[in-house]
Amino acid sequence: MYPVKILLVDDEIPFVKTLTKRLSRRELNIITAFSGQEALAQLKKDPDIEIIVLDIKMPGMNGLRTLEEIKRDYPLVEVIILTGHSTVDSAIRGMRLGAFDYLVKPCDIDQLISRMQEATEKKRRLDEKWPD
Amino acid sequence: MAADKHYKSLMKSMFLIGVVVPLIPMVLVSGIILYQSRVSYKKEIRAHLEEVIQKSTEHIDRFLEDKLADISMMADTFNFQQLTDEFFLVEMLNRLQKHYGHVFSDLEVIDDEGVRVAYAGPHKSENPRHLKTDWYREAMSTGYVISHMPSGLADIPFIIIAVRKNKMEKDWVLRTGIDRDVFSRVVKETVTGRGGSAFIIDRDGQYQVGSIHHIDHGERSLMDFLGITEGARDIFMVQRTDGSGHKNIYVTGFLKGGDWALVYYQRASEAFSGLIKTEMIALTVILIVGLLIVANTLSLSKKMLRRIQQADKEKQKRSEQMFQTGKLASIGELAAGIAHEINNPVAIMVEEAGWIDDLLEEEEFQESKNLGEFRRALRQIRTQGERCKEITHKLLSFARKTDSRIETIRLNELIEDMVTISAKRARFSGIIINMEIKKDLPPIEVSPTELQQVLLNLINNALDAMEKKGGILSISARLEEDHVVIEVSDDGVGIPEDNISQIFDPFFTTKPVGKGTGLGLSICYGIIKKLGGEISVRSVIDKGSTFCIRLPLKGSGKNNVEEASRILNSQQ
Repeated sequence: MYPVKILLVDDEIPFVKTLTKRLSRRELNIITAFSGQEALAQLKKDPDIEIIVLDIKMPGMNGLRTLEEIKRDYPLVEVIILTGHSTVDSAIRGMRLGAFDYLVKPCDIDQLISRMQEATEKKRRLDEKWPD
Repeated sequence: MAADKHYKSLMKSMFLIGVVVPLIPMVLVSGIILYQSRVSYKKEIRAHLEEVIQKSTEHIDRFLEDKLADISMMADTFNFQQLTDEFFLVEMLNRLQKHYGHVFSDLEVIDDEGVRVAYAGPHKSENPRHLKTDWYREAMSTGYVISHMPSGLADIPFIIIAVRKNKMEKDWVLRTGIDRDVFSRVVKETVTGRGGSAFIIDRDGQYQVGSIHHIDHGERSLMDFLGITEGARDIFMVQRTDGSGHKNIYVTGFLKGGDWALVYYQRASEAFSGLIKTEMIALTVILIVGLLIVANTLSLSKKMLRRIQQADKEKQKRSEQMFQTGKLASIGELAAGIAHEINNPVAIMVEEAGWIDDLLEEEEFQESKNLGEFRRALRQIRTQGERCKEITHKLLSFARKTDSRIETIRLNELIEDMVTISAKRARFSGIIINMEIKKDLPPIEVSPTELQQVLLNLINNALDAMEKKGGILSISARLEEDHVVIEVSDDGVGIPEDNISQIFDPFFTTKPVGKGTGLGLSICYGIIKKLGGEISVRSVIDKGSTFCIRLPLKGSGKNNVEEASRILNSQQ
């Protein structure tokens, strides 16, 4: 089960661009944001976003705060954390804030896609339980 | 050295404060008490002396009046004819001397011309004329007289007592003389037992009787020296230094209607001996107490200084350790920063390689004879990217170790957190996680960050062991007396027997090169030992491994900086 739309959030522009190209090649629908604020703005205007891939260490609003806001306003959107800054502490905090999973860069693309699929399954299940 | 100087001045001020603070009130209080007691004691002595003098003057006055009364009675009892009979007069003198001892030295009857009519006594041969003497004239005019001889010669009576009587319009006088030695004794008697001496002077400062040694009044007149003023009647006391340099007190009282002054004098040291004794005792006590305070303060300050020096040394040692730990902490922070900074570019490199790999799928490249080499190179880039990730991961766990603060935590939550983090990876590899955690586990005192690291390490190892064919990961926690026992079991490949003994050694690893650094289990071992617990392993090849951690409920107390830095150092 593939998500309708995926939002990639990371301040590393080349990373986002390449990953977008690779995922798009696998026929996934990707939009991007380069900061937490931008991600929230995208989320606001695009209700099709089902999955968000979120970096933690970003200038300005960091990933955990962004996650907090996302989960508050859009609790049904699933968030996968993908970060180079891997500490047990930030992983625990991310999971507690409701992230679907916590992945560390560099991450195998197949692993990432399979996590996205699992997340989509979970989201759809919840959508049925809580139709709007 | 500057430090020595500092300690010396510290010692000095501690000593001074320690001595001055108790001494000032002590000196003040005892000074006030001493002063007050001195004042009241002197007052008392003065009052006592004045009373003695009062009594003495009264006594001497009464003695003289008694003698006057005796003579007066004699003159009244017997008539002129009887008394002018010399045998009778001698008889009278004998009787008086029999009664009173040698108080009366002679008896004489004098007519109104001042001529001796009859005489009994030792100076019979003389035939003095009394008409012009002061005492005779006074006796004739006032009726009686108690007077002294103007010239104090030893062989004539000292005091003259005379009464005037009348016989057929002709006055006559009965006179007697009081013996000098007897009177002198009377004066002495009044002050016996007091230790001082007494003498009598007249209004002109002429010495009369008594002992007057040691009075060297120098240039000043005796009256001035004694402070006797014209018309003084009341008893008073002065303190003077005599010629030999001694301080004396002089108490003066007046007798015979102010004609004579009785002076009692005594060494001041003698008069105030009681006071001086008391003061000496008090001063000795104060001195001893003062010395005790000084000695005590000295030993206390020395002790205190030693403590301070010791504390300073310890503080210095501690701050050195803190510095060491701080250094390690900042190395940790640096490591964390580097890890992040490296992971991001590595991720981009790996993604770019992945993108190339994606593009190789395009038909045009399928023909290339180097396609296999391209793919191999790209795979190598991915593998090395993973290796970088592994290394940065270790760097991060090293960074985390600096946070070894002990907290009281609930084990259930901590284990659940760790399982949550690993759950997705487990599912990806087809591994089921089975938890058997007792709900009623008491809170334990550990460093949560460190225990998280240990558990994550063990869980990751277990997942690695089952990665290829899946399996069941069991995590259990239970209470055994005052220990919590946590077990992490897998049914994976197991550990060869030869490796078990080395499994906790640093840098020992069985993973392929680039997969593990061999630090994971040694770090776990160090952490668990530091928390006062034990970690052990049992394993059977192809059946799986079980890691067992035993932790005390209470912190081991080993969690001091020294221990932490020792472990950190050993793992560097």
